[in-house]
Amino acid sequence: MSLPSFRKMSLARREALAGYAFVVPWIIGFLIFTIGPMLASLYFSFTKYNIIDPPQWIGLANYQKAFSGIWDVIRTGDPRQFKDPLFWKALQVTIYYASIALPLNLAFSFFLAVLLNQKVRGINIWRTIYFLPSIIAGVAVTLLWVRILNPRVGVLNPFLKDVIGIQNPPGWLADPEWAIPALVIMSLWSVGGSMIIYLAGLQGVPTDLYDAAKVDGANAWQRFWNVTFPMMTPVIFYNLVLGMIATFQYFTQVYVATSSSLGGLGSPQHATLFYNVYLYQNAFRYFDMGYASTLAWILFIIVLILTALIFRSSDTWVYYEGQLKGRG
Amino acid sequence: MKKALDFLLWIFRSASGHELLFKGITTLILASGSVLILIPFLYMISTSLKDPAQIRSDSSSLIPRKPKMVEVNGNLEPLYEVTLDGVTREMALVKKIPDGLGQFVDPARTDVIHELKINEQKQLYRWDVHWENYPEAIGAMPFWRYLGNTLIVTFVGMAGMLFSCSLVAYGFSRFRARWLNILFLLLLSTIMLPSQVRLIPVYILFQKLGWINTLLPLIVPQFFANAYDVFLLRQFFMTIPLELDDAAKIDGANPLQTLLYVILPQARPALVSVGIFHFLYAWNDFYEPLIFLHTRENWTLAVGLQTFDAIYTVNTHLIMAVSVLMIVPPILLFFFSQRIFTQGVVFTGIKG
Repeated sequence: MSLPSFRKMSLARREALAGYAFVVPWIIGFLIFTIGPMLASLYFSFTKYNIIDPPQWIGLANYQKAFSGIWDVIRTGDPRQFKDPLFWKALQVTIYYASIALPLNLAFSFFLAVLLNQKVRGINIWRTIYFLPSIIAGVAVTLLWVRILNPRVGVLNPFLKDVIGIQNPPGWLADPEWAIPALVIMSLWSVGGSMIIYLAGLQGVPTDLYDAAKVDGANAWQRFWNVTFPMMTPVIFYNLVLGMIATFQYFTQVYVATSSSLGGLGSPQHATLFYNVYLYQNAFRYFDMGYASTLAWILFIIVLILTALIFRSSDTWVYYEGQLKGRG
Repeated sequence: MKKALDFLLWIFRSASGHELLFKGITTLILASGSVLILIPFLYMISTSLKDPAQIRSDSSSLIPRKPKMVEVNGNLEPLYEVTLDGVTREMALVKKIPDGLGQFVDPARTDVIHELKINEQKQLYRWDVHWENYPEAIGAMPFWRYLGNTLIVTFVGMAGMLFSCSLVAYGFSRFRARWLNILFLLLLSTIMLPSQVRLIPVYILFQKLGWINTLLPLIVPQFFANAYDVFLLRQFFMTIPLELDDAAKIDGANPLQTLLYVILPQARPALVSVGIFHFLYAWNDFYEPLIFLHTRENWTLAVGLQTFDAIYTVNTHLIMAVSVLMIVPPILLFFFSQRIFTQGVVFTGIKG
């Protein structure tokens, strides 16, 4: 069978072929850097693999290592029954952080975006200031916060003690109970990223909706809850899904704050052993690529389930303009 | 009095009064919030200009300063602003005595000693700025090497990203084919894919290629497009009228020429936006450089700074100096391209 020459092809086929040709870079990248590695890591998750020796098939042993002991723990209530207690600790730390940081970040950045959408004087300066921390998020900012929060030489605790009058200010990153709240404070300082997405969403709300609400006699509060909020639910949804995924990727701040501390990565007492930190440890400190791949796939499945649950729930609280048009 | 009352009534009764009140409260909240945002920045800058003694004894001051000293009977003593009998004078604290009291003397008349509460007097300071922290910090690490590596990764990666994403976004925005829609959905779904699930085999692949501990793993993948930037560019390309394409086609341009001479010039704002987002992402990225780069001479600034902190933790002034240097380029870029961020020209382009 010979391929028909490009000139003799129908216009539609030529168009299709040209289209495929332009997306080829992504297709190659998708095969080499996404789907291929995904399948490979699924395979590695059933092996013992330290990079130097070839992978050795061990069936479900890695998954057993992660999960075994759970029934004993449920029965006896004794967490020492876990075969890999750090896996559960990492899950717990990540979920604990997510349950505080996500709602606070969503609410806080939404609130800021609403304020920054008002027509007040100097609004561009305010927007610039609030967005500033998020463009430099990373090592430098974490090093700064580690110093601000330091219970011995930092500046926050003297302020809490002398100005606010808190007698025993917390030890923040040095205290297992306060390490996560400390990271939450750091994350709140740089909410600018999700704020700017809300802001763009707010600017996209058609003004005739507000005009119509005004004609109907709605006051500012009612206009907010009946026009702005429903129109913003898709953006809240977007920030929620991406924020959840980002929490499972949380790494840099913990690494910078704890890897050179006395207790080491994830300290104190594994209080900041985030899921991704534990995965990194297994892969690039212990070179247990098999178990690290297992952790990666468990993470992937957790994220899939949570995303599906959020999508499921979105029917009840996310409003899409198109839906209403379809019904009406 | 009457006027003030009228003003209050106007605020609470009239619609424009309500608006003024509302705007006032908004501005007040925004202003106090921005103080909270800016203080850590100021703290970073001021710490980078202090010497270790200042950081130990006067860490909470946002001004790099030292106590003003004066010579009294051959000794240097701290100078205070003292209020005595309603007159404010400058006096030196020569001796601390119990109950928070101190012996103060006028440097000009050292024979008269006043015993006063120390914390009721105002200590005098002078500016004491240590610019030399910056050259010292740069000299203490291979700063220029780190900067060079970071710039290579950032800009070569940016070129690769712009090149590949323009092609792919053009393919997804201008051609009709059955599989293109499915491929586009597949592309979008990768935004939600946690990168760990592909990280380990990618690491092993680069290791087999001998690319570990080179900049290639940070650069080469950029030449194969990514979902965020393709999505943003595609959205923008869709707003460019098709008539322009048709005109080019009539003039005999092939699709590649149409992209080059019609679409890309029109899409400059979008290209600039994704370029800036890529700069911020690559400049700040820590995770991948940490994993792929193993020796000092190959590190980027992010990894270099973290390691510098691990070695020189006690030298807060030097670490803050490098931190300031590291945040200056993103901030400069940000100020020159503010409109893109604050007006939401492109909003979904914040990489996670």
